[in-house]
Amino acid sequence: MDITFSLPLLLQSVVSGVFLGGVFALIATGLTLIWGVMKIINFAHGEFLMVGLYLVYFLVTKLGINPYLTIPINFIFLFLIGALIFRVNIQPVLKDPVMNQILLTVGLMLVLQNLALLFFSATPLTYDNIYNRITYSIGPIVFPLANVLAFIGSLIVILLLGLFLNRTDTGRAIRAASQNSEAATLMGIDVSRTYLIAFGIGSGCVGIAASLMITFYYVSPTVGGFLGLIAFIIVVLGGMGNIAGALIGGLIIGLGETVGAALLPGSFSRLLTFLIFIFVLLFRPEGILRRGE
Amino acid sequence: MRRIKISQPVLIVIIVGILFAIIPVCLKNLPTKDYYLHIIILILLYAYLSSAWNILGGYAGQHSLGNALYLGAGAYTSTYLFVKFNITPWIGLVFASAFCALLGWVIGYICFRYGLKGGYFALVTIALAEAAVYLITNIKQLGGAMGLEVKWLGNKPLLMQFDGKVGYYYIVLVLAVFVLFLLTWLDRSRFGYSLVAVRENETAAEALGVNSMRVKILANVISAILTGIGGVFFAQYFTYIHPRLVFGEGPSVQILLFSIIGGLGTIWGGALGSLILIPIAEIARAQLGGAFAGAPLLFYGSILMVVMLFMPNGFLGLLQSFYRKYISHEKSVYTVRPRER
Repeated sequence: MDITFSLPLLLQSVVSGVFLGGVFALIATGLTLIWGVMKIINFAHGEFLMVGLYLVYFLVTKLGINPYLTIPINFIFLFLIGALIFRVNIQPVLKDPVMNQILLTVGLMLVLQNLALLFFSATPLTYDNIYNRITYSIGPIVFPLANVLAFIGSLIVILLLGLFLNRTDTGRAIRAASQNSEAATLMGIDVSRTYLIAFGIGSGCVGIAASLMITFYYVSPTVGGFLGLIAFIIVVLGGMGNIAGALIGGLIIGLGETVGAALLPGSFSRLLTFLIFIFVLLFRPEGILRRGE
Repeated sequence: MRRIKISQPVLIVIIVGILFAIIPVCLKNLPTKDYYLHIIILILLYAYLSSAWNILGGYAGQHSLGNALYLGAGAYTSTYLFVKFNITPWIGLVFASAFCALLGWVIGYICFRYGLKGGYFALVTIALAEAAVYLITNIKQLGGAMGLEVKWLGNKPLLMQFDGKVGYYYIVLVLAVFVLFLLTWLDRSRFGYSLVAVRENETAAEALGVNSMRVKILANVISAILTGIGGVFFAQYFTYIHPRLVFGEGPSVQILLFSIIGGLGTIWGGALGSLILIPIAEIARAQLGGAFAGAPLLFYGSILMVVMLFMPNGFLGLLQSFYRKYISHEKSVYTVRPRER
């Protein structure tokens, strides 16, 4: 195992990691909202992202829409898909054992993945665009505009979501329903509608993430498998339902991906990511931010 | 003089075993017999793997989403020994079992020592299987992402290599019948009852003197050993393994799918599930095969969703409630599925 080390490479990977981590955090924010509010572990979350990426891809290549203008379209579309899936699939099993819910979403994951394979084939698609070619450099560190925009966009969306949850009536209702759904019902909150909105927003987040990622990431039927697992890792790191935690977890995993890839040979950094995940699950299942009881 | 008593489930296993044993003889003169034998081999292999999962997932109620870890560990152990040291897979089988037993014990100990349950146990097992994919991909001696190929050395039963399918057929039949015998024993044994007790209410089981951690670890070890042996067969039969093929989500999901759809925590759940679903999936593959490789997984995913929504107790649970409702008119006294919340 030969480990190559150079300072510029390391700095470059730190910068790329932070930018990547921002987008990871946005994907994980959607998942943590769903997980935290209705305690559903949605294994199909990554596949929602994949659906979003395909939609953006066709909007930008076939209709020639600017990728950043697809953000609202994609948010609404994914919100509706999420809401529909919630009504048809998730709501009927809300009171079922956890494993039934997990298996249901695993089934959904397989269906979405293989439908995408059927319609779009396994060949990865990339979108050639100007945002990825415009680069800025500070000393030896080079970064494309696409990554900067994705990072800033993700931060803004996460911030807006935090404000929405803390400052609006619907947001407060979502938090109330997540803390104690029975008490929330007694306070006059329509819990099932609140769940629907939370699931929709959680799915909408990956729609926005897809619009931000299309400029520098690829699209393939299996892209959601890896990104979905990454989102799980971030959610567990940050503590479920914790949006600030998702942001920090996202940055940690983003840095781990790029710095690890720069320092370790092959895809050992991936292995490291999973080992961190297992250790956190075992020793701090409440996440790294919260103090133990 | 003691009379040998054969219980009804054991008798059914024997009869089914004999019926399956004569199938190759019946198909002998059919020109397309290899295709049919291949499908029955798949049915038996997944009946075996899924039943092995059912011990941990069904009886003990610990849903591992990453049992492919043991499938891959078994497959890689025997294949590595075979390719690098020319050790026959029959001896490789012993090493694979020992390695999987150790792996199952360590993982079981760590997981249950820290009280992982439900979704968290599922997440750890899926992460372990996924970590194994990346670990093996980075080990050159194990072929990396390209995987390992089992050299074909001719029809050598001593090397677990056979001309045609019949040899493999009888090996996997023995495995499947063995695991079904094990389940008929488990279903009425002290150990089996302890597992069900832990699944239904761990605190109450502990209060009655069941060492819950020990029985759960033991269930994990048994399940791991059996799955590892399945992995050895898998490698010999398909003659080629690579990390995604044996450690990936595909095998992990298939292993648990048939038990869940057939009936969790029942003797026949895994066997019934694979008997019903594999032929349909294989027909779909044959019909759409060239055009669409994902047909079986699309089918498995849809059926998993439908079953979870409309019949969460699986086929056997459905039959059971149907029987109780219309034929025996007795009230349902126990649920097949564990209740966690």
